[in-house]
Amino acid sequence: MSGGGHASPLHICPHSSPRVQFSHPTKGSEELVRQQGGGGGEGDLAMPLTCPLLRVGAGQDVGRSCILVSIAGKNVMLDCGMHMGFNDDRRFPDFSYITQNGRLTDFLDCVIISHFHLDHCGALPYFSEMVGYDGPIYMTHPTQAICPILLEDYRKIAVDKKGEANFFTSQMIKDCMKKVVAVHLHQTVQVDDELEIKAYYAGHVLGAAMFQIKVGSESVVYTGDYNMTPDRHLGAAWIDKCRPNLLITESTYATTIRDSKRCRERDFLKKVHETVERGGKVLIPVFALGRAQELCILLETFWERMNLKVPIYFSTGLTEKANHYYKLFITWTNQKIRKTFVQRNMFEFKHIKAFDRAFADNPGPMVVFATPGMLHAGQSLQIFRKWAGNEKNMVIMPGYCVQGTVGHKILSGQRKLEMEGRQVLEVKMQVEYMSFSAHADAKGIMQLVGQAEPESVLLVHGEAKKMEFLKQKIEQEFRVNCYMPANGETVTLPTSPSIPVGISLGLLKQEMAQAGLLPEAKKPRLLHGTLIMKDSNLRLVSSEQALKELGLAEHQLRFTCRVHLHDTRKEQETAMRVHSHLKSILKDHCVQHLPDGSVTVESILIQAAAHSEDPGTKVLLVSWTYQDEELGSYLTSLLKKGLPQAPS
Amino acid sequence: MKLYCLSGHPTLPCNVLKFKSTTIMLDCGLDMTSTLNFLPLPLVQSPRLSNLPGWSLKDGNAFLDKELKECSGHVFVDSVPEFCLPETELIDLSTVDVILISNYHCMMALPYITEHTGFTGTVYATEPTLQIGRLLMEELVNFIERVPKAQSASLWKNKDIQRLLPSPLKDAVEVSTWRRCYTMQEVNSALSKIQLVGYSQKIELFGAVQVTPLSSGYALGSSNWIIQSHYEKVSYVSGSSLLTTHPQPMDQASLKNSDVLILTGLTQIPTANPDGMVGEFCSNLALTVRNGGNVLVPCYPSGVIYDLLECLYQYIDSAGLSNVPFYFISPVANSSLEFSQIFAEWLCHNKQSKVYLPEPPFPHAELIQTNKLKHYPSIHGDFSNDFRQPCVVFTGHPSLRFGDVVHFMELWGKSSLNTVIFTEPDFSYLEALAPYQPLAMKCIYCPIDTRLNFIQVSKLLKEVQPLHVVCPEQYTQPPPAQSHRMDLLIDCQPPAMSYRRAEVLALPFKRRYEKIEIMPELADSLVPLEIKPGISLAAVSAVLHTKDNKHVLQPPPRPAQSTSGKKRKRASDDVPDCKVLKPLLSGSIPVEQFVQTLEKHGFSDVKVEDTAKGHIVLLQEAETLIQIEEDSTHIICDNDETLRVRLRDLVLKFLQKF
Repeated sequence: MSGGGHASPLHICPHSSPRVQFSHPTKGSEELVRQQGGGGGEGDLAMPLTCPLLRVGAGQDVGRSCILVSIAGKNVMLDCGMHMGFNDDRRFPDFSYITQNGRLTDFLDCVIISHFHLDHCGALPYFSEMVGYDGPIYMTHPTQAICPILLEDYRKIAVDKKGEANFFTSQMIKDCMKKVVAVHLHQTVQVDDELEIKAYYAGHVLGAAMFQIKVGSESVVYTGDYNMTPDRHLGAAWIDKCRPNLLITESTYATTIRDSKRCRERDFLKKVHETVERGGKVLIPVFALGRAQELCILLETFWERMNLKVPIYFSTGLTEKANHYYKLFITWTNQKIRKTFVQRNMFEFKHIKAFDRAFADNPGPMVVFATPGMLHAGQSLQIFRKWAGNEKNMVIMPGYCVQGTVGHKILSGQRKLEMEGRQVLEVKMQVEYMSFSAHADAKGIMQLVGQAEPESVLLVHGEAKKMEFLKQKIEQEFRVNCYMPANGETVTLPTSPSIPVGISLGLLKQEMAQAGLLPEAKKPRLLHGTLIMKDSNLRLVSSEQALKELGLAEHQLRFTCRVHLHDTRKEQETAMRVHSHLKSILKDHCVQHLPDGSVTVESILIQAAAHSEDPGTKVLLVSWTYQDEELGSYLTSLLKKGLPQAPS
Repeated sequence: MKLYCLSGHPTLPCNVLKFKSTTIMLDCGLDMTSTLNFLPLPLVQSPRLSNLPGWSLKDGNAFLDKELKECSGHVFVDSVPEFCLPETELIDLSTVDVILISNYHCMMALPYITEHTGFTGTVYATEPTLQIGRLLMEELVNFIERVPKAQSASLWKNKDIQRLLPSPLKDAVEVSTWRRCYTMQEVNSALSKIQLVGYSQKIELFGAVQVTPLSSGYALGSSNWIIQSHYEKVSYVSGSSLLTTHPQPMDQASLKNSDVLILTGLTQIPTANPDGMVGEFCSNLALTVRNGGNVLVPCYPSGVIYDLLECLYQYIDSAGLSNVPFYFISPVANSSLEFSQIFAEWLCHNKQSKVYLPEPPFPHAELIQTNKLKHYPSIHGDFSNDFRQPCVVFTGHPSLRFGDVVHFMELWGKSSLNTVIFTEPDFSYLEALAPYQPLAMKCIYCPIDTRLNFIQVSKLLKEVQPLHVVCPEQYTQPPPAQSHRMDLLIDCQPPAMSYRRAEVLALPFKRRYEKIEIMPELADSLVPLEIKPGISLAAVSAVLHTKDNKHVLQPPPRPAQSTSGKKRKRASDDVPDCKVLKPLLSGSIPVEQFVQTLEKHGFSDVKVEDTAKGHIVLLQEAETLIQIEEDSTHIICDNDETLRVRLRDLVLKFLQKF
């Protein structure tokens, strides 16, 4: 709003925004998205535009997710992931980047965790307890349930097994979880008076959610990881046409259009079946929750159908517990499982038994699911070491492996592994990679963009080259801007939110009633009113009401013009001629001849009088108020031209 | 804004709210107390019931003896039981846009509404409400359909005949609208119209109204509803509880600042304390079993039964009841027990934390695992093999008119060792027992109704401060049986507006504002003027666009390019649009300064005359006269447009525009 004349300049901004750091006075507020992905790891945040890769190598670096969004003065941190490939400081995001030197609690309005994978929540206790954050942390109920268990599991491996120092403790995980507020799907959570968030189902893993962050009419949607096709245990991600200003989407599989799930499943079953048929052992390193359940359901039904007797084991501990979570949070699984769970709970497996360490040495074929999924520690690594030497055996990697892990090494073709104590392990067993990761592929990402109809899209969590391809595709198909910031780079989007105002019902109804009367007028109708601005309260009322409310009297400005006409007839006849003349010209206006002899055009009054001196001249008194200025001025100039000759 | 009241039952409401341009049905409860007028449907041929004498008029006329039977002085209709539907004639139900369901007990009339009235809208409910509601309906249909009855009595409904019948048949209301139970097909079709919602989810209706379910604390997934626009707010409170049982606690804060609060579903037994009743329930149960008797608990398959099982779980070992079998018999017993364990997000905090462990939230899982609690779809089949006495049986229906409970009443009614314990508050236990009289078994009445009592209501109203309260008429006077208890009614200021069945209430609402959005380009062009400290005004001329009930103001179009080059076709092309109004003016004109200004602008012959109300400024040469008063200025001149415009602009300098 620009100040002009003697008016005081006033800035209308829909939100009081003490923290808008990047707002431009004429543009309302703006959004800022800063991204902190896990990059190559070398001072990733300090080097914007260099090393923009979120993915290194053949899409095998999960990296970590941690994004800061500033929207209309609110600062929200999206996910708080850690990098599985590092054992030092680079593992956690550099939070000092966010505030430079202020307190995180003062700066951040809230933290949102999209799902329980450690690359999305692994740094949370470090962030809240060691760096220090006391504000709210939002996540779904299943995430809240499972997250602390995975964190504890991870802590044990890092501290107890690897002896790392300066790591968060069990108590810190507990204290951190006390700051968590659980959200329901589709619940609108009012973080404060202005900031609201809403979770949408994301598929991917149990409890995974996409989040809409909204302040006034401005909004951002963050997808976290999602899956647009239902799998054997989870449903597909869904979002309504919420038209955010910005959609931040993962782009793990930016270019892939994956072959049908069925093919991959058949392939997987064939490999497992062939291996056990020839007496080999199959190791499937998994994370306790997610793929493990999907693959268990797959094998369970296959074993049932083929009537196989070869034992299938889970590694004990987490996975067993995990199935319980799936049973209790069954409303988060797919339609089919939810519908049939009373008759047959898909997570009660008949063929799959708990694993005991001693079983690894048993002769004969078997299938073992063991954690963790990247073969970097724990039971899966132990079993791998035992079985690696036999070419009859097989290891199937059903998901990503971070650089530096054994999983990553064998997938990139390494067959001689250096283990602790300079031992060299020769890998003779077959190594298979099968993508069962539940991420959206290019088609799915496009689908989601189509569903949400954002004004612009920001790609994260992907590999630059592939993202570039997707970016072009999105820009072509949806005609929206698409960004792919480098690590640590800040994207600033100008937004121009409209301003909500209360309009008096009388004014609105009057306007709509009149608009309804006019059949498709060529000239658009104008609504007139007065905007009253008091504090942050904006009301639009009729000008009369505004004056009344403020105790101001209306000042009426009236004009009366004398128009001299040469006309020898009587005044009454002059008035009649004026009436018929105006009526013929002003077809769209209400022209009336009143009983007292005067003529009105809308609210303009015309009276004919005799000239005091010249009987051949009549004086027309044209009188109007300032509000009718245009029409009044027009009428006088029209009448000045004289009246058409009356037919004799 | 109007409220159409389709049900007279205070805890089974059915109201239609017309709010802005939307028509919203609030609940569709089914009044099942009508079934108390019918004979029970026995699962096994009952010689006692089939040999009841037919009823005849005082004059001995026995033409009704096929339809009406007499039992211990009461008269019952011998027919398929029928339910009392909400009013269907008061408003055209095909115009209902949406139905909001508050809890699974308040949706039992849904198939009648959605399948038989031309309804084409959407039904909103939470997931537990849908799933458990489905179980209740399934059970009801099953109970009625598995005992086919050839006879459907209708003669007695004739108005002239009904007059002659004894009470309560004589006084039964709207008997012509009573209907038989729906079919499973109708249930499925009705439930398919439900769209699931979560607590605090904002649902937009046609861009005009927003509805939001809030936790009401009464049952799994039970909700109150907020119906609001930007400037008006109606709260619909139905079946709420402040007691800590299994559901998520009630959200009271969100009910604040309502213009109207519609209050239904209060406790039906305001004088009974639920905790005390549970204690009595346990001790009576133990006493009976210790004496070798059986206990029958007529109940719904979901709800309070979860709490009772939890109490028993803690109680049975200490009471020495470890070896007594507990049976839960319902076609949906298994489903109900399973479903109760999967709604972690809808449970109270304690139960939620159990799920996080992960353990089942309800201890009945353990009762089942240890074989202490067994469930069966009906008395037929496995149950007859496993059945051991003495035992405790939970089964439906609480009206004692259909379901497996009828069989146990017939089986155990003759022995005074046995006890029937009534826990559900929906039916009068004396009326429920009437067709079983004379009865030897003990009857204990421990109604457990966790819904709000009047003390809690008055506290709630003080807390949330609605401008107006609307409630069923029953809540504005003490219960008929306790007419002296002036504390058993809603006391608020202004007094609550009450409704009864088939009434239409005009709600006291004054809508004054509507939300409109000003486009940023328009906002940029506005020139605000500070009138008083902190208050600024800006004149707005803009184009109004209305779409999907959303209003937007856009900048006026730029004036079209000059067409002077073209030859004018008609004089009327040039007529200005009279709709382009000038702003209003305010202020007053100080004569002295005005004259000075005139002189500065070259008017040399200015003369001022005083009048009664102000001044007249004369410009002699120009034959122009300017009347200046406190609130008006009148310029009278010859037709000299240049002069007039000059004077106009000089006057405007002294005035403010709006």
